[in-house]
Amino acid sequence: MTGSNDRLLEVNDLTVHFHTDRGVVQALDRVQLFVDRGEVVGLIGESGSGKTTATRSVLRILPPSARIAGGRIRFDGRNLLTMSEKELNATVRGRGISLVPQDPFNSLNPVFTVGTQVRDILKWKGGRGPSGSIEMERALDMLREVQIPSPWEQLKRYPHQFSGGQRQRLMIAMALLPRPGLVIADECTTALDVTVEAQILALLRGLVREMNVSVLFITHDLGVASQICRRIVVMYAGQDMEDAPSERLFERPGHPYTRELLESLPTPGGDIRDIPGEVPSLLRPPEGCRFHPRCPSASADCRRKRPEKVEIEPGHWVRCFHPVESQP
Amino acid sequence: MNRSLLIYACKRVVYAVPTILGLLVLVFVISRVIPADPAALVAGEMATPQQVEALRKQYRFDEPLPVQLVLYLKRLAKGDMGKSLYSGRKVFDDLVDRFPATLELTLVSMVLSILIGVPLGILAALKRNSVLDHLLRGVTVAGLAIASFWLGIMLQLFFSMWLGITPLGGRIGMSVDPPASITGMYILDALLTLNGRALWSAAVHMILPSLTLAFASFATITRFTRSGVLDVVQQDFITYERAMGLPPRLVIYKYLLRNAIIATVTQIGLLFGLLLAGTVVIETVFDWPGLGLYAFNAIVLSDYQAILGVTLLAGIAYVTVNLLVDIALSLIDPRKAET
Repeated sequence: MTGSNDRLLEVNDLTVHFHTDRGVVQALDRVQLFVDRGEVVGLIGESGSGKTTATRSVLRILPPSARIAGGRIRFDGRNLLTMSEKELNATVRGRGISLVPQDPFNSLNPVFTVGTQVRDILKWKGGRGPSGSIEMERALDMLREVQIPSPWEQLKRYPHQFSGGQRQRLMIAMALLPRPGLVIADECTTALDVTVEAQILALLRGLVREMNVSVLFITHDLGVASQICRRIVVMYAGQDMEDAPSERLFERPGHPYTRELLESLPTPGGDIRDIPGEVPSLLRPPEGCRFHPRCPSASADCRRKRPEKVEIEPGHWVRCFHPVESQP
Repeated sequence: MNRSLLIYACKRVVYAVPTILGLLVLVFVISRVIPADPAALVAGEMATPQQVEALRKQYRFDEPLPVQLVLYLKRLAKGDMGKSLYSGRKVFDDLVDRFPATLELTLVSMVLSILIGVPLGILAALKRNSVLDHLLRGVTVAGLAIASFWLGIMLQLFFSMWLGITPLGGRIGMSVDPPASITGMYILDALLTLNGRALWSAAVHMILPSLTLAFASFATITRFTRSGVLDVVQQDFITYERAMGLPPRLVIYKYLLRNAIIATVTQIGLLFGLLLAGTVVIETVFDWPGLGLYAFNAIVLSDYQAILGVTLLAGIAYVTVNLLVDIALSLIDPRKAET
């Protein structure tokens, strides 16, 4: 991976462990990931693959049981892992990086009006006008942008008085209000039904293009990722397996796991096909490549060593000793 | 929004009416199912059979129960609760005189246990498993386990007998005139009439009884606040607010606390009943001339009408406080007003 000035977020060899009563869960194993300015990157994986842990590490909001055991996280050229809490709050969280959370139903505070919550984001996250006053006008504009009708009245209402789709629009507006460099969208459409999901995706795609903001889009849904992401990083059991431009990933996946994943997508009239085997327990993950117990092309090497990422074509990296050569 | 709150409050008030009616019927039934002759109880131990019979006619205890219930309600509506054997006065007048003393004691205890319990509960939750948390766990278990009469006597021995810094009992010093009666609550009346001497004396007399009474409810409030905070800390919206980098103080004292306090406020309504019951013991230990002491004496003397009066008044006070708690809850959490 070559460094460049366009690099906004860079995660290198990130290793995270959870210390639980049952032992140490090795949630992330030397994960590499980057997002360039203006880029929309998908982070894909099944539940438990470490997507959310990766993003929580970036924002440094891991639960107390988690330890970042190694690696580097740089945002806008600055090391996030050595930053103080105070500095993180002042410059990174909600400023440089903001979040569209997973569950819009529980992510707004139920006992405060939406207006109170929007106002606090504005107040603390750089929504002040030249006179130092809070720019409520800008908040109203933003609510219109996310297509919330008569926003002034809506601000007086409580979260439970909104539908799921409306709440997620509010979350998007709140994420974009501080004019962040990067938005982390963590499974932000998973809790919504399909038609609403499509509307939210279209809205997000439009706003991102308009505001030239980078997005790290986390999802377990390949179809959703393909609609919005230019590049996709595939994770499996705490390891990053592949990193490729979206079209290329779908046409010619390089990692056996990605290929299996694509083949397991349901097709109209087709059979539903599973990847043989089971997702490993991260309390005792497989040595070497964590996918090897389920991999059709696993060799002796795969059981001992974790493969390095290889660039099989410009912009297409695969962490595998036996990358798939071409689509059969 | 404010309209739905108002509607909710009105609904609650209306719902309180059948509750109080139910309470009246219950008190009436209790008074008739006890295995004793009500006329004999009203007359007292020294009465002759002729006097008992006269009373039975006078109170119409020989009528069928439903008729008696109606008569009972009618008398109540006129403020007639019968006569107390113990004081020789009308029960109603006794209650009016004594209720403010108990209300004052209960309110001070409640405020004390909230002012101490809520901050300590928050602290224990935020510094979970720290020395402070373990210490508080010990103290709160003690608060729930220690019998209040024992604690009261120990405090009297230590502070009044040994150190001699607090009075043994009573509401106000022998040589001090009570403040002019406005509410009947000495501290409040002294404040309103700017009577410094009475204020000081009433406050000093309040210290030991209120601390003793507050100990158990303080323990409950601390524990509920602690678990409330711990429950809310792991909610998604707190994670989100932290992820958005809102100042930790704002997240804790504004966003977290209002959610966490819901469990505590619910508990306060229930604790009020506990405190009222506690006054029977505390007022006896500290010779506090309130409802509790009155009830104690009434029970000892089988002062039938007085017992019924106290029961009814305590029940109404409890229903009222819980009504206020419900309305307070809907102010804290708007979802309450819509269910």
